[in-house]
Amino acid sequence: MDMVSFLSATVVAGTPLLYATLGEILTEKSGNLNLGVEGMMLIGAVAGFISAYTTGSPLFSIGMAMIAGAAGALVYTFLTVSLRANQVVTGLTLTIFGTGLSSFLGQKYVGQVVPDNVKNFFKPLNIPVLSNIPFLGKILFSHDILVYLSIIIAIALGIYLYRTSVGLNLRAVGENPSSADAASININLYKYINLMLGGAICGLGGAYLSLVYVPTWQENITSGRGWIAVALVIFASWNPYKAIIASYLFGGLDIIGFRLENAVISKYFLDMLPYLGTIVALTVFSAKKSRKNSPPKHLGLPYFREER
Amino acid sequence: MKERVPLISVKNICKSFGTVKACNNINLEIYEGEIHTLLGENGAGKSTLINILSGVYMADRGSITLMGEEIKLSSPKDSIKYGIGTIYQHFKLVDAMTARENIILGQKISFRKMRDVDLKIAELCSKYGIELELDKHVEDMSVGEKQNLEILKVLFRGAKVLILDEPTTVFTPQETEKLFNIMRKMKKAGCAVIFISHKMDEVMKISDRITVLRKGETVKTLIKNETNPKELTELMVGAAIDLSIKKVDAKIGRQILKISNLKVNDDDGTNVIKDISFSVREGEILGIAGIAGSGQRELCEAIAGVRGVKHGEIVFDGEHLEGKNPREFIKRGISLGFIPEDRLGMGLIGTMDMVDNLLLKSYQTEDGILINRKPLAKKALELVKKLDIKTPGINYPIKNLSGGNIQKILLGRELGLKPRLLIMAYPVRGLDITRVILFTI
Ligand SMILES: Nc1ncnc2c1ncn2[C@@H]1O[C@H](COP(=O)(O)OP(=O)(O)O)[C@@H](O)[C@H]1O
Ligand SMILES: [Mg+2]
Repeated sequence: MDMVSFLSATVVAGTPLLYATLGEILTEKSGNLNLGVEGMMLIGAVAGFISAYTTGSPLFSIGMAMIAGAAGALVYTFLTVSLRANQVVTGLTLTIFGTGLSSFLGQKYVGQVVPDNVKNFFKPLNIPVLSNIPFLGKILFSHDILVYLSIIIAIALGIYLYRTSVGLNLRAVGENPSSADAASININLYKYINLMLGGAICGLGGAYLSLVYVPTWQENITSGRGWIAVALVIFASWNPYKAIIASYLFGGLDIIGFRLENAVISKYFLDMLPYLGTIVALTVFSAKKSRKNSPPKHLGLPYFREER
Repeated sequence: MKERVPLISVKNICKSFGTVKACNNINLEIYEGEIHTLLGENGAGKSTLINILSGVYMADRGSITLMGEEIKLSSPKDSIKYGIGTIYQHFKLVDAMTARENIILGQKISFRKMRDVDLKIAELCSKYGIELELDKHVEDMSVGEKQNLEILKVLFRGAKVLILDEPTTVFTPQETEKLFNIMRKMKKAGCAVIFISHKMDEVMKISDRITVLRKGETVKTLIKNETNPKELTELMVGAAIDLSIKKVDAKIGRQILKISNLKVNDDDGTNVIKDISFSVREGEILGIAGIAGSGQRELCEAIAGVRGVKHGEIVFDGEHLEGKNPREFIKRGISLGFIPEDRLGMGLIGTMDMVDNLLLKSYQTEDGILINRKPLAKKALELVKKLDIKTPGINYPIKNLSGGNIQKILLGRELGLKPRLLIMAYPVRGLDITRVILFTI
């Protein structure tokens, strides 16, 4: 097997996971556990695909995918933040809703292919100079723009969370909303903005699948990647930089099945690897407790100012 | 003083939680350059009033005026905007962040200006004699350090009205004196200081005027120099009472508990109890003193069997108990009436009602698979009557009760089990004066 092309494909396979993981990191850092990642990805995927199919505009499609993901997150945010509904139940519902909605809207597009000009727009681009580096150049620097965008978003998110005062405030909201509130931070405003941003990024992850990775419409195109992303958030200990590595690792597990087609190991076993990896990673990482990899303290809990 | 406009004044403030009237027509006037103490038993509504002034709670009725102009406080942000700085009764700190991060939280400060921030903090620290490591994480701090950080937070933002809700409970006398110096400096700078404390000596030392609250109502505002502790106490309680403690004579019997060379770790694995030995005899009260966070909690938990012992022996009535599970401790009549800072942390479950909380400790002695709530419901009613517990009903989640009432439930349950050894940490914190007398008799 060709190592360079395998690793290069790993990065591509890891990219939808990276988007979803980053979206969920931003969401959880605001103190909300949104299990609707899978749903938001699917809504984004179908919105992106239909837009591309009908208009042929790649940028418009990406925009629609993000708006669709953010809209899903908006419903979730309204229910959990403004109405203080249970976050787990609401998130699960969002996943079920997103799955249903995407199958319904995508019904007549099953098997259809993304228009050529859109495909062209997302073809791999060699970054000058860097892509000529032996070995690494091919693996890291000759991809489509959405791969680069995901890395840029990861780095931007890291800077936002750890190097800006707005990011500091956001982390405080997720850790201890009553302290943040007392420090004059507008809790609901922060949650609405960041949860919707998180949803938009998840939607983008879905669109990556339907526009670039597959790029045909098929039902349930995410096939559980949203759930793996929820686990990757823990694996990456809520750190956007680590999310890059974690996503590529799982991207690799995802494609190893195709690559070892004629190997002695059962194909079913190989297909199981990402999920097995998820379980192992979660077990190992939740056992090791430290300040660096613990979840935001108020994750999953509603905040009501007058509650004791 | 009369012609001056009060810096802040509160008129007819009312606030209810469900059926509890926490504040009922509170009236208060606070002037520049005065230290004004709020005095009242636990549950009198002091913290509720503070929270209304800080924008945390919305008053049901009433008005607040600042320098003669009515203001609306609908969030903590508003109150900060009007120059009200509050140190809350319970820490409002983000554990996972450093002292510095907690100080700048919620303010528009560019991370590149951090040097200026450090300079300003250093200036405040030396001016007020506070010591604090800026890079230390809050979760690594002692309670005293946390309180200093809270003070620094308010000083950093600057305040025209400084509110301190029981700030001294976690302080040593020296630390308290430092805080008083800060308060005096603020007063001299023309600020109004609102201070809450339960310690009568502190109140008499620092206050200019004192307002007594009772059951959510303002009883009276007095000038410190024209009153005395006895009068204040009577106003607080609403009746003349005898403050002296009567000590009962008990026959000192044989040794019942012996602790030798005990070593215990806290939750983070730090050794907090280092080689402690003592013994207790029947009919004896052993007092353990020390400022908060010196390991009292860990010691109590170890003796009650809920915390593992690292080294050493716990001998109860001739029997080694170290390493046994808590049920063995309970069976032998060791009872823990532990009242941690938040009161609900140990022994009681806030979302459960009184009956269930009583059940927690006695269900094991019942026969059969199903639990019978009837006898305990009866017992709960008895407790309510005997200890005068204020609750809408025995099936009401206890977390909504006032601290003092929660305490009574805990003590009532533990005493009802007729323990042979009763361990109590901060048993009187949160109890009103009449109640304390009842228990010590
Ligand atoms: N957030 C809340 N929810 C329900 N009840 C509350 C809340 N805050 C205070 N109370 C109730 O209001 C009363 C006054 O409490 P508080 O103001 O804390 O008293 P103090 O500070 O004087 O000890 C108590 O009975 C308490 O149980
Ligand atoms: Mg209070």
